[in-house]
Amino acid sequence: MRDVAVIGVGMIPFGRRDEDTLLDMLAYASLHALDDAGLGDQGVDAVYVGNMGAGILQHQTAIASSLVDRLSLLPAAAETVENGPASGGSAVKNGLLAVASGYYDTVLVVGGEKMREVTGWRATDFVATMTHPLAEYIYGITLPGLAGMFTRLYMEKYGITREHLIAVAMKNQEMGALNPYAHVEMALSREGIYDSPHSIVNNPVVADPLHLYDACPVSDGAAALVLCPLEKIKKPAKPPVVIAGFGQATDTQTLQEREDPTDLKAVTLAAQQAFEMAKLKPSDIHVAELHDAFTILEIAESEHVGFFKKGEGGKAALMGKTRLGGTIPINMSGGLKARGHPVGATGVAQVVDIVHQLRHELPKERQVKNAQNGLTINFGGFGNNVLAFVLRRVEL
Amino acid sequence: MPIDMELEQILRPHQYPMPPYPPKVITLANGKKMVVRQASREDVPAILKSVHPCLFIERDYYDIVSARLYGELLAWYRHRVKSEYVIIGQVEGYLVGVVNGRMETEKVGMSYHTLAIDRGLRIGSHLFAAKMEYHMEYLGQEEVLIVAESPIGFRRWMIEYPLKPTKIPHELGGGDSWVLTRETYFAAKPRLVVGDRPVPQELLDEAMAEIKFADEDAIRERIAGLKGR
Repeated sequence: MRDVAVIGVGMIPFGRRDEDTLLDMLAYASLHALDDAGLGDQGVDAVYVGNMGAGILQHQTAIASSLVDRLSLLPAAAETVENGPASGGSAVKNGLLAVASGYYDTVLVVGGEKMREVTGWRATDFVATMTHPLAEYIYGITLPGLAGMFTRLYMEKYGITREHLIAVAMKNQEMGALNPYAHVEMALSREGIYDSPHSIVNNPVVADPLHLYDACPVSDGAAALVLCPLEKIKKPAKPPVVIAGFGQATDTQTLQEREDPTDLKAVTLAAQQAFEMAKLKPSDIHVAELHDAFTILEIAESEHVGFFKKGEGGKAALMGKTRLGGTIPINMSGGLKARGHPVGATGVAQVVDIVHQLRHELPKERQVKNAQNGLTINFGGFGNNVLAFVLRRVEL
Repeated sequence: MPIDMELEQILRPHQYPMPPYPPKVITLANGKKMVVRQASREDVPAILKSVHPCLFIERDYYDIVSARLYGELLAWYRHRVKSEYVIIGQVEGYLVGVVNGRMETEKVGMSYHTLAIDRGLRIGSHLFAAKMEYHMEYLGQEEVLIVAESPIGFRRWMIEYPLKPTKIPHELGGGDSWVLTRETYFAAKPRLVVGDRPVPQELLDEAMAEIKFADEDAIRERIAGLKGR
């Protein structure tokens, strides 16, 4: 197996992009990544596109084939990867394996989703199609509903409070306000979303005990990266970043079948695999992008990957340990909470954000000083299909 | 423009007595304080400057809402609409939203429009709630007739309160009216109507001193979300 480096990254601002088609967004992000890689007119061998919902939301399938043609990358191999909200991470994994195996040398990985051209409740319903059709979906379950129940259990078992959730929401929106690619570029005030009686309107309950600002927005967006074997890089214009480890694990589709619904086994297993492959441990990680579709997930994932003991993640967030300058800065992009969550894009965008961190090219307000190793967690379903990537800066 | 006073008497509609809407202050999600107050006729030219750029934004039916609101403001300014009121939201003096409506009869109110100029802070929700508060608690009306022109409005009014559908035509045309009754209003009030009174004097003075307005590009960007392009 060859070491695989990320030599180019690209992203477009997430948000509501009425003027762009899904294919436009995928193409813009791809062009940014190809430019960043400095490939010029050189083509790529293969293109993997992570996307969850074009078949439902745009009535369009086989978008990887469309993208290759749109970008004049013919006759590159092309494949669309659908794996729920972990579609982006799965696309990265496919690209990684293709290059690591020696089959392809240059691979473009893109993730994208266009969710804002339907109403919020149709988008919520679309995301709910990943739930069990007979045990969950027909009873009206949604992802916010699952997250609400999960949060309640976590509160009862580990003493998590709304104070802990608020700390995550405020941190991530503060970082999003500094990220020009973020969907929500607005910092929150604790008074406005929690302390003031007016917060009942500003921050209403979405799925008890979760409130509006505990949830990520519904976003349009795309992100892309270019992979190649590390051995092929001779005089890099930017510090190469390798995908030093990856892991993927699954769990039961329904939460009710899990021995302990608060135990996100797939997160733990995927992270362990990634750390083992990278020959690193959680304390070696300097920055992480976790899948905070809901604030509770950042807390739970920070425990399940091994940054904190079970039940300590909320306190760590409240104490500022996950902020810039803390022991393990998490979601310096704003996370899904503020950067946004175009589902198929997220897994790729997380890697893009970590690459920026490891190249040390972000403004100091978001840059983790001297970061060498980063972690991403892309969380599909409600933790039933999880991908973890460990990235490492390499000095050639 | 010369005015024939006798004719003007005929053209000007009857006005119901309308007690004032007392100002209140709301803390927004970003911590800023929005002063919600009743506008006077003299405020109309300043308000129109903020509404004007919205006329050209198709997104979320801002063009239709703004064009109609513009006309309603002018009609009020020049005495061609019966018993209209206008309530505005200001943050640091800047106009961030406008709502209006009128008394159809002493018992029935007619909701006109809700225009949020700054988005993502539930300003539209707060201001719509303020005008329902005015109809029910200060004008003492029994019901308010309401329509929505955008899906967002439908979600905010018809679903969140929730309103009841009727077969009564609305003054704006379009779909039939939905109705807010006193029962619906007071049931929704604890979760949708907020604000502190009295407004601290310095905040009120700032709001009353001048209606500031962002430049047209900034307004378009805030509403249409064209950041980062």
